[in-house]
Amino acid sequence: MTDYLHRSMGDLDPRDRGGPAQPLVSVQGLVKHFPVKSSGLFQPRKVVRAVDSINFEILKGETLGVVGESGCGKSTTARLLMQLVKPDKGEVLFDGETVGGAISLGDYRRQVQMVFQDSYASLNPRLTIEESVSFGPRVHGVPAQTAIARAHDLLHRVGLEPNRFAGRYPHELSGGQRQRVNIARALALEPRLVILDEAVSALDKSVEAQVLNLLLDLKRDFGLTYLFISHDLNVVRFMCDRVMVMYLGKVAEIGSRDAIFERTKHPYSAALLASMPSMDPQARALEPPLVGDPPSPIDPPSGCRFHTRCKFAEDICAQIVPPLAAISQAQSAACLMSMPRSGHSHAPVHGDL
Amino acid sequence: MTDPAPMIDIRNLSVTFNRGRKPVKAVNGVSLSVRPGEVVALLGESGSGKSVTMRSLLRLHPAGTTIEGTMTVAGRDVTGLSKRELGDLRGPIVSMVFQEPRLALDPVYTLGRQIEETIMRHEKVSRAEASARALALFRKVRIPSPERRLKNYPHEMSGGMLQRSMIAMALACNPKVLLADEPTTALDATVQIQILLLIRDLQREYGLSVIFVTHDIGVAAEVADRIAVMYAGRIVEEGTVSEIIHAPKHPYTQGLLGARVELAHGRDRLITIPGAPPDLTNMPSGCAFSPRCPVASEPCHTRVPELVSQGEAGRVACIQYA
Repeated sequence: MTDYLHRSMGDLDPRDRGGPAQPLVSVQGLVKHFPVKSSGLFQPRKVVRAVDSINFEILKGETLGVVGESGCGKSTTARLLMQLVKPDKGEVLFDGETVGGAISLGDYRRQVQMVFQDSYASLNPRLTIEESVSFGPRVHGVPAQTAIARAHDLLHRVGLEPNRFAGRYPHELSGGQRQRVNIARALALEPRLVILDEAVSALDKSVEAQVLNLLLDLKRDFGLTYLFISHDLNVVRFMCDRVMVMYLGKVAEIGSRDAIFERTKHPYSAALLASMPSMDPQARALEPPLVGDPPSPIDPPSGCRFHTRCKFAEDICAQIVPPLAAISQAQSAACLMSMPRSGHSHAPVHGDL
Repeated sequence: MTDPAPMIDIRNLSVTFNRGRKPVKAVNGVSLSVRPGEVVALLGESGSGKSVTMRSLLRLHPAGTTIEGTMTVAGRDVTGLSKRELGDLRGPIVSMVFQEPRLALDPVYTLGRQIEETIMRHEKVSRAEASARALALFRKVRIPSPERRLKNYPHEMSGGMLQRSMIAMALACNPKVLLADEPTTALDATVQIQILLLIRDLQREYGLSVIFVTHDIGVAAEVADRIAVMYAGRIVEEGTVSEIIHAPKHPYTQGLLGARVELAHGRDRLITIPGAPPDLTNMPSGCAFSPRCPVASEPCHTRVPELVSQGEAGRVACIQYA
């Protein structure tokens, strides 16, 4: 039962269907609008456009980072992927199969697990650690004895000695230890994809570094794929192979880590990067890269949603919604400045890539 | 340190909370002084005592808390003040900006009303005059369309705008000292840098002395003149921003800087400090960092190292430098 603990990345996963070239997750035209209370009887119903028609892929074995300000839709995207909320439109393909169609929701949930930011709120305070970790497998039909033995293996694996910790309750652990329990629980069903939604954000820096190392080890040992959501760009740069930048429910840019961090093609990504503290007292920022807070996703700006805060914005930006278009093999951006003949004065004249 | 009249002078401060089964000594012999117009960052992890140290200056602790040591702010001894005198201190001399403006502001009054009230509590001015000053303050903290925003309730504003309002309120009575308790931790990075720049500009303009509590060394590097690093209720190292960032001396500070992800380019693992901060009810003997310290030797486990001068303006509490 514990053979999965020793599987290395090179071995073929028997659950793999489309081979290594097939994306593990493929998201197409995903839309989620949340209705908000209207202010009057005859007022039109308003909606929060939390996720507004996004497409992206998560490749097998990679870590895809998702960054953006609050309200940009990163957590909603995670919840949509987990099927915790139903999308209004769009489709999620898992290893080429439609979720809820070719692959049943139960099978899908076994293969996709999530770790949340609040380590305390996501554990049942009345269950001991070993009960929490073995709960999922038992629901999915694993005998109690086996599930507990597996829970002990996993606790050991995440650095919590089962002899000392298995019988404890969540309130008896520190934040870092609780997050290790959440990680062990996420792995108990042998998932292929783990969604980490700000999973290290609440931890102290010295503990955060330990948990990041653990996540890297687990990924290698279990052949996992991560969707890593974080507001901390330094952590994303360290952890991720590719990065997706979101702004007000849309994908602004997606590409390899080096492309995003070194040759970003979207002014919003550039502003996000420039907002990070410099760690050099001699080179302090003099001007904030962006002015104001992100606009409300209830009435997002017309055209390019970033045009109200963009220093390169021109009239055309308020009229045309820039499509997410490939700039190179490793990078796509949704900006009129990188779209040939878009009408923006900075746009390339020729269409060749 | 040779400055004749520091704005804030804390000597040998200890704070013990007496609730729960065991008393918890959250701050254990902290000494810190801040010159007029200086920004000092208190850097530390949760439970290190950084916020407790700062809150002691306004005596914002629950009843039954034992405060030992002396604290003077602008020449006044804070430890001996009556309730009434404390009220006079809070606002015109010392004011504070909190991490969660949504919890610090009153949800049932407009922001304008709350700022006016602050001004009228401390100064004999008419409401019209107070509201004119509130408007000027909103302009100062660069809130767009300030006339309209003054009429807003806290729930109608975004986190960044609320934090600007809190700063406006903190400055309402022209204080000499601003205490900032993780004021940007709940904000997005793009808004955080705006607030940091705002605090820096206002600090210069008003000549404020600032204590800035943060867990983020990057934020400290962005705003502070000096950094004091706290661990388990004590200051373990103090120095100018450049000293701390470019030449940290205490093994804990070195560990914190070494664990930074920014430095890990091309490396597949982070260098970490093993273990976790100690339980304050069950402190290790000797240096509190010794169980996690890579260079700890025998005496570290029995003797608490004193904070001694090191270099030009720095102080370190480590046996290596004693």
